[in-house]
Amino acid sequence: MNSTVLKETLIPPPIDRRETLIYAGCRTRDESTAALLDMCIEEANEFKYDVCFCTTDFFTEGSLCSFGNFSAVSKDLAAHMDGCKKALVFAATVGIGIDRLIAKYSRISPAKALLFQALGTERIEALCDTFCSEFAKENGVLLTPRFSPGYGDLAIEVQKDIFAVLDCPKKIGLTLNESLLMSPSKSVTAIVGIKKECSK
Amino acid sequence: MNFKSFLKDNLVILDGGMGTLLQEKGLSAGERPERWNITHKEVIREIHRAYYDAGSNVVCTNTFGANVHKFDEKELEKIIEAAFSNAAWARDASNSDREKFIALDIGPTGRLLKPLGDLDFEDAVEVFAKTVRLGVKYGADAVIIETMNDSYETKAALLAVKENCSLPVLVSNVYGADGKLMTGATPAAMAAMLEGMGADAIGANCSLGPAQLEGVVKELINSASVPVLFKPNAGLPRDLGGKTVYDIKAKDFALEAAKLIPAGVRVIGGCCGTTPEYIRELCRAAKDLKPVKIKKKQSTVISSYTHELEFSERAVLIGERINPTGKKRFKQAILENDMGYVLSEGVSQQEEGADVLDVNVGLPGIDEKELLKRTVCELQAVTDLPLQIDTSDAAAMEAALRRYNGKAMINSVNGKAESMKAVFPLAKKYGGVVVALTLDENGIPESAEGRYRIAEKILSEAKKYGIEKKDIIFDTLAMTVSADKNAAKATLEALRLIKENLGCHTILGVSNVSFGLPCRDVINGVFFALALENGLSAAIMNPYSAEMMKTYRAFTALCGLDENCVEYIATAEGFADEQKKTAGFDEKETNDLKYAIAKGFKGKAAELTEEMLASVPPLDIVNGEIIPALNSVGKGFESGSVYLPQLLMSAEAAKSAFEVIKKRMPASSGRGDKFTVVIATVHGDIHDIGKNIVKLLLENYGFNVVDLGKDVPPETVADAAIKYRAPLVGLSALMTTTVPAMEATIKLLREKAPWCKIVVGGAVLTEEYAKKIGADKYSKDAMETVRFAEQLM
Repeated sequence: MNSTVLKETLIPPPIDRRETLIYAGCRTRDESTAALLDMCIEEANEFKYDVCFCTTDFFTEGSLCSFGNFSAVSKDLAAHMDGCKKALVFAATVGIGIDRLIAKYSRISPAKALLFQALGTERIEALCDTFCSEFAKENGVLLTPRFSPGYGDLAIEVQKDIFAVLDCPKKIGLTLNESLLMSPSKSVTAIVGIKKECSK
Repeated sequence: MNFKSFLKDNLVILDGGMGTLLQEKGLSAGERPERWNITHKEVIREIHRAYYDAGSNVVCTNTFGANVHKFDEKELEKIIEAAFSNAAWARDASNSDREKFIALDIGPTGRLLKPLGDLDFEDAVEVFAKTVRLGVKYGADAVIIETMNDSYETKAALLAVKENCSLPVLVSNVYGADGKLMTGATPAAMAAMLEGMGADAIGANCSLGPAQLEGVVKELINSASVPVLFKPNAGLPRDLGGKTVYDIKAKDFALEAAKLIPAGVRVIGGCCGTTPEYIRELCRAAKDLKPVKIKKKQSTVISSYTHELEFSERAVLIGERINPTGKKRFKQAILENDMGYVLSEGVSQQEEGADVLDVNVGLPGIDEKELLKRTVCELQAVTDLPLQIDTSDAAAMEAALRRYNGKAMINSVNGKAESMKAVFPLAKKYGGVVVALTLDENGIPESAEGRYRIAEKILSEAKKYGIEKKDIIFDTLAMTVSADKNAAKATLEALRLIKENLGCHTILGVSNVSFGLPCRDVINGVFFALALENGLSAAIMNPYSAEMMKTYRAFTALCGLDENCVEYIATAEGFADEQKKTAGFDEKETNDLKYAIAKGFKGKAAELTEEMLASVPPLDIVNGEIIPALNSVGKGFESGSVYLPQLLMSAEAAKSAFEVIKKRMPASSGRGDKFTVVIATVHGDIHDIGKNIVKLLLENYGFNVVDLGKDVPPETVADAAIKYRAPLVGLSALMTTTVPAMEATIKLLREKAPWCKIVVGGAVLTEEYAKKIGADKYSKDAMETVRFAEQLM
C-alpha cells in the first residue's frame, strides 16, 4: 500500500564550492574560475528546495520489483533493495530559476553556463542528501543509497510510473517531457530501500 | 440565466475537491481519474450532485487531465461526453434551488513549454483547443482553466478557449508560498496578461490553505478589473495511518475563505482536500455576504513572465538598441543570423538600467515575421524585462504577440484608418499597451493642437474595439530641431495637452530630436529633461548614453522620486569613469592582451584591443596576440593542464576582443577567410550548451559559423548546408532518444549535400556510435572539432 504523497520544502547545507568546481571539470583550484563561480553564486539566488514523496510496500519476485501501485523489472534494483520490505519513492527539484540562468548564459557566456550547470548539480545532490538523511532520522530507519530510472538495467520509462504515483507536476511543479527528461532539469527522481527500522 | 450575467451580479460558489475524493473511493495513485467518468459514473455523479446540493453554482467536469497528451482522440471524446453527461445528471437530480452551471475543467498538460521545456507553444494551444471544442460540443456553460503553474501554458490555454468558443472563461493559477507561480510570475503580472486577453475572472487555487493565500488574493483584487476567483486547499495533507487527511476542518476553512469575500473575492470554492461539507459550510459563512463591487483599475500596466510594470510618475526607460536602423553591426548580426549578438544587446541594456526592451528586426529582404517571432522567443530566454514589439508589419506583430509571455507594448498604431484597423484587433485579442503616433493620412500636424486632435480620434476609434484609454500611450513625435526650430516646442506642448486633457500616458523616441546636429547627446539630454518636465511617461532611448542616464537619474532625484537619491548616487559613481564595465569580476591590471585573453579577462581584453587599434593594424592584433593566446590555452586544454571553464573564459575574452575589431571594421572580421561551418542541435533535442561552446571556439579560430539553434529538423540543416555550400556540418545530440534524428539528418545531408563532412558530438555519443550512424568524425570536445575543421582547410 502507498502512503499519502507529501510535499516538503527543505534547507540543504550551504553551497560546496569545491564540489561545484569538480562538477564543472576543474580538478585543481584556479583563481579566475573560482572568482567567476562566486559571481554565479551571487546571481543564483532563486533556488527552491521541494521534494514530494511516499513510502510503499516492496517485494521482489526474481527481477520483478513491486512497489504497491507500480512495478519494474530490474535485476540491479532487486539486488540493490535486497532485504527491504518498504521503499521510499521521491522526486526533488531545485526549481526553474537555475534553468533560466543556464539558458541565458549558454547564449551569452558559455563559461558561466557551465558553472551554473555545475551549481545546479551540486544543489540537487545536496537536496537529495538532506532529504534522505532527515527522512532516515525522523523515521528511525536506515536507507539504501538512491537508485534512479536509467541506472543499471532500470528502464528510464519508470519515470512515467513515478510521476504518476507522486503527481509531480501538481505537487512540486516538476514535469516530464516526451524524451522522459525532467523540467526543471536540476531534479531527481529516485527509489530508496528502507532497510530496517532501528529501534530507538 | 447564462453564466456571464450570473457572474456579473452574484457571488459565485464553485465546487470543491474531486481528485482527493476519488482517492478515498479507491482511485489508486497513478490511475487516470478521467476514466472514472465511464467506469465509475455513479461515483462521479454522486460527487457532482453532492456539490450542487451543498450549494455550488458551478460544478467543474471531471476533465482535469482530459487532453490528447493523455488519451487518444477517440477515448478523449468519450471521456468528455461522459463527463458532461455525469454533470448534467447531477444538475438535474439536485434538490438545490440555486442557479446551476457546468464548467469544462481544464488542467495543465503536465509538460513544460519551450524554451525551458520541450512543448511548443502552438502545440500546447492545439492540445487545449481539442479539449475546448469537445467541451463546447457537449454543453459547457463556461470554461475553467485551473491549477496552472506556468504563465506561458496559461496563455496557451486561454488562447485556445478564446479561439474556439465564446463561452465565459475563468482562469486560476497555482501560487507557491513565495506568492509566485512556479515559473516566477507575480499575481499582478498574471492579472495584466489574463485580463488583457479577455479572461472573465482570474484567481488562485490549490497549493495552500485559505489563510496562506490571502496575500496573493489581495494582490489579484488590487490589480484586476474582473472578478477574482479563490479555490484554496483544505490546508496541507498529512498521512494518518495510510489515510490522507487535510489539516483544516470544514468550518475553519469556510470562515477563513469567506473572510476574503468582503475584500473582493467574487467566485469561491475549494480545491484539494475539500468536500461537499466544506462547500456547505462555505455557503453558510457567505450567506449574508454581498459580493463587493469591482473597482475598475485605471493604471497602465504591462508585464513579462515574471513581473508587472506600472506606468507612474517615474518615467519608464525603453531600450532602443535592438534595432538595425543606423546600426551597421546590428544589421550584420541579423543578416548573418547571429542571434547571440542580438541577445547580448538585450542583456546589456538591462544591466544599464532599461525597464523595457524595444524589439525591432525589420530589414529589407528578411522574413520579418519569422525573425521577430524568433527574437521575441529567444529574448524571453535571456531576460525577464517586458518587451515592446516594434514593427509596421501586422503579420509579424501578431506572430510576436502570440508568443509573448505577458502583456506587451505594441509599437505602433497611428491615426490612419488602415493602421488602426490592422493593430487594434491584435491589441484586443492578445492584450497590450499600444503606442499611438499622433500622425494620420495628412502626415504629422505641425501644431500641438493638430496632434492632440489625432490623439482624440485614436482614442475614440480604440473604444470601438473595446480598448480602454489606459491601454493607449501617445507618442507626440520628436522631430529634428535642426530642420525646424519650433519642432521640439510643438512636441512638448502636445505632450502636455495629452497628459492634462486626456489623462493618457505619453512616450517619445527622444533622440530623433538631434538628427543632423553635432554632440547629439547634449541636445538629447536637455530635451529629455524638458519632456520629463512636461509629463513624459516613457522614453525610447539609448541606455548606454551617459548623458541620457545622467539626466534621467538627476530628474528623478530632483522630483522626489528617488528615495535618499540612492539610484542617483549609484549611477553617479559610473559618471566619472564612463568606460563601459564589461568586466565580470575583479580583473588584474595588465597591459598584455595575450595574458588578458589567456586568463579570461573579458573587459580588459576588449579595452586593450581598443587601445592597440590606435597604432596596430587589426590583422596584426589578431595574428600576433589573440590567436597565439587562444592556441596556448587550447593546447593546455588538450594536454589536461587547463580545464573547461578556463578554456571557455579565455574563449569569451578572445571573442570580446574580436568584437571590438568587428565593430571597427564590420565588413570583415579582420581575419583570414576560413570556410563556413553549419552547426545545429538535432531535432527533438533542446540541450545546446555543448553546441554553443563549439560555436564560440570555431568563431575564435576564424571560421564563419552558421548556428541553426536547437531542435532543428533535418531539412533545415540540409538547406543551410546547400545555401552556404558548407564544407563542414556539426551536429550535436544529448539524449539517446534524439540520436535517430541525428542519423536521419546525416542521411539527408549525404543525399542533398554529398560534399560536406559531418562532425558529431554530445553526451551520449561514442566513436563507434558516430561511425554507425554515418558521421565522418566524432569529437569528444570542442577543441577536437576545431582541430578537425583546421585539417579540412
